[in-house]
Amino acid sequence: MSSATALSWFARHELRLAWREWFAMMTGGRRKRTRAAIIGLVCFAALLHLPAWAVIGRFAELQLPLDKSSLIVISATIFLAWTLMLSQAIESVTRVFYARADLDLIMSSPATLANLFSVRIAAIALTVTMMALLFSTPFIDVLVIGGGARWLTAFGVVVALGLSGAAIAIAVTILLFRLIGPARTRLIAQILAAIIGAGFVIALQVAAIMSYGTLSRFTILTSGTLAAYAPDVDSIWWWPARAVMGDSEALLLLLGLALVLLGSVMAVFSHRFADTAIDAAAYGTSGMWRAKERPFRTGSRQQALRRKEFSLLWRDPWLISQTLMQLLYLVPPALLLWRNFADSAAALTLITPVIVMAAGQLAGGLAWLTISGEDAPDLVATAPLTPASLIRAKIEVVLIAVAVIFCPLVAALAFASPYQAAISAGAVIVSAASATAIQLWFRVQARRSQFRRRQTSSRLATIAEAFSSIGWAATAALLLALPVAGLISGLITASLVAVTWKFSPKRD
Amino acid sequence: MVESDAKPDGVAVMKPDSSALEVLGLTKRFDRLAVDSLDLTVHAGEFYALVGPNGAGKTTTLRMVAGLLRPDAGRVSIFGIDALQDPVAAKQVMAWVSDEPMIYDKLTPLEYLEFVAGLWGIAPSVSEPVAQDLLSSLGLAPHRHERCEGFSKGMRQKVALAGALVHDPRLIILDEPLTGLDAVSARHVKGLLGERVRAGCTVIMTTHILEVAERMADRIGVIASGRLVAEGTLTELRQQNGDADTSLEDLFIALVTLPEAA
Repeated sequence: MSSATALSWFARHELRLAWREWFAMMTGGRRKRTRAAIIGLVCFAALLHLPAWAVIGRFAELQLPLDKSSLIVISATIFLAWTLMLSQAIESVTRVFYARADLDLIMSSPATLANLFSVRIAAIALTVTMMALLFSTPFIDVLVIGGGARWLTAFGVVVALGLSGAAIAIAVTILLFRLIGPARTRLIAQILAAIIGAGFVIALQVAAIMSYGTLSRFTILTSGTLAAYAPDVDSIWWWPARAVMGDSEALLLLLGLALVLLGSVMAVFSHRFADTAIDAAAYGTSGMWRAKERPFRTGSRQQALRRKEFSLLWRDPWLISQTLMQLLYLVPPALLLWRNFADSAAALTLITPVIVMAAGQLAGGLAWLTISGEDAPDLVATAPLTPASLIRAKIEVVLIAVAVIFCPLVAALAFASPYQAAISAGAVIVSAASATAIQLWFRVQARRSQFRRRQTSSRLATIAEAFSSIGWAATAALLLALPVAGLISGLITASLVAVTWKFSPKRD
Repeated sequence: MVESDAKPDGVAVMKPDSSALEVLGLTKRFDRLAVDSLDLTVHAGEFYALVGPNGAGKTTTLRMVAGLLRPDAGRVSIFGIDALQDPVAAKQVMAWVSDEPMIYDKLTPLEYLEFVAGLWGIAPSVSEPVAQDLLSSLGLAPHRHERCEGFSKGMRQKVALAGALVHDPRLIILDEPLTGLDAVSARHVKGLLGERVRAGCTVIMTTHILEVAERMADRIGVIASGRLVAEGTLTELRQQNGDADTSLEDLFIALVTLPEAA
């Protein structure tokens, strides 16, 4: 087989694997669900056009040339999209490195490894770009329908962002491997992905709060101060914004730069990709993590179970990065709280739904890990404990973890507004309890490492968990602003949780 | 045959006898009948090997005994305790080791044993020295503070086995415990199980390695198509087959091919 034939064969193999993985994620691994998954995807894509229209529809008529403020807003939006893609790409690259999968087969084959890993790098870039295209299509559609075909160039910009994001992610991850080793890279890369994904929005919000006392990031982007410091309108910095708006010359430049960047990364790092993958695969045997010598602890059987759960949660790199992201999202409301400490400004009301939503989402993830993600189910099932006491101990872990994170924030809120703090505390408890209950009703035995794919086991549970968190967040906000509407919202959300319970699988 | 009596505190206790495990009419059906009205008795202090071809119902039977699977019909008694009526009391005296070692990647072997001892309510003053001894005898002492995520399958199996022994159970049920172990580790495990039996513990083990059953077991049960087709010591099995010189392998093949052909 010639080198070119081997490469195209391997590329087809990678694409087939990527497609099957994505398809399995969409259908939960059941072929019978294919039609339902396709209908669901089409409906979701169609529905996504509505919020896209609401958010971006009014900008469809924008034409070049633009003033500095408009260029700043568009460029910041593009940069935000790029950081999200970069975050996702770092996550993907880390996953590829640590999943041993077919590494033994590839390494033992007579094929040129650098070529094979170049294809794998390209496949990562393609996957990231396809996902970005999937989510950006409704927004670009809205712009094309409202403003004309010139907006089609935005698709090209998304491709350029995806390719460059993947290239930077691969370079960053391999450098991290070389600098801090495979054991630490796994955790640091996850945290880095979380910080990059949330960092830009949070930085804008923090700047807006500090300067103008508002959570809106557009306040800072459209401010005269920023415009004064920004480069001239014909600067190269605005080329991404110009490319989005139909400037084909700028688009070609962006695409060219992205391809050069990806090509350079493939040329420089494809050799190291193999070494890095070997190191990552061998990391398990390195015995990097050593616990300290300490005596066995006393306590009840439930305490033993709770201690085990806390240890596993604390040592879970994915969970740490996700919790960090949740905490990062709480920084702006916390800052807002601090700034408005003395008065009960209306802006403070915004804090409550953010806290409630975050509590629900965190509780849902923790509940899956503790209840469904039990790595030694036989051991726990053969322990001399009743199933009820086992489940109770696991639920306690979830609620204690949520309480530890959110109590300080609610307590701080109590100094500014005791009433709002009471509503927030109540809603945090109900939101966390609802998410935990949904995970309990739909529990399916799985390994903790399957956490990323927990949604595939039950779409209903995933959707119900998201709507429950959103519903309780809305209820809390409405109770503060318009109590009657809050009560109605609460009843609707409670009904949704009850309906979810009704549809949950029956158990002995 | 044992009969159930209800104690005032609600614990279902069967009339005491010398049997560690008594199974009566145990039945389980999935898509097909996996276990078919199985009767089995294992005496206290006995090393009992359950052998049979793939899909014969060995693991399903033992999972029902361990309380991991609810039978469709039948009764399970462990040291006189009705395991279906009072599973918590039955589990207190029993340990289960599966063929696929399920341990926590992010815990060290010592932390794992601390957790298991805690689940069984064993005082740390008792469980800690036992845990240290077990890890030493299984050759895991140098790794006791390392997280299990990097362990080989054999090491993981040894950690799981140590977990089963740390609470000093009276009945140990093992499903293919020697799978994936190297010769030295397998000898360690066999030695450890032999010691336990000599100390009065009852061991029930499924295995595909007939030589192990032949050498270690006091009695051997041959299961095929969910039924116990033969049972006894090796000599008794040979007598049943009418050939005193036959190997267990020949005996096994002769016994399991009959129900399959029928």
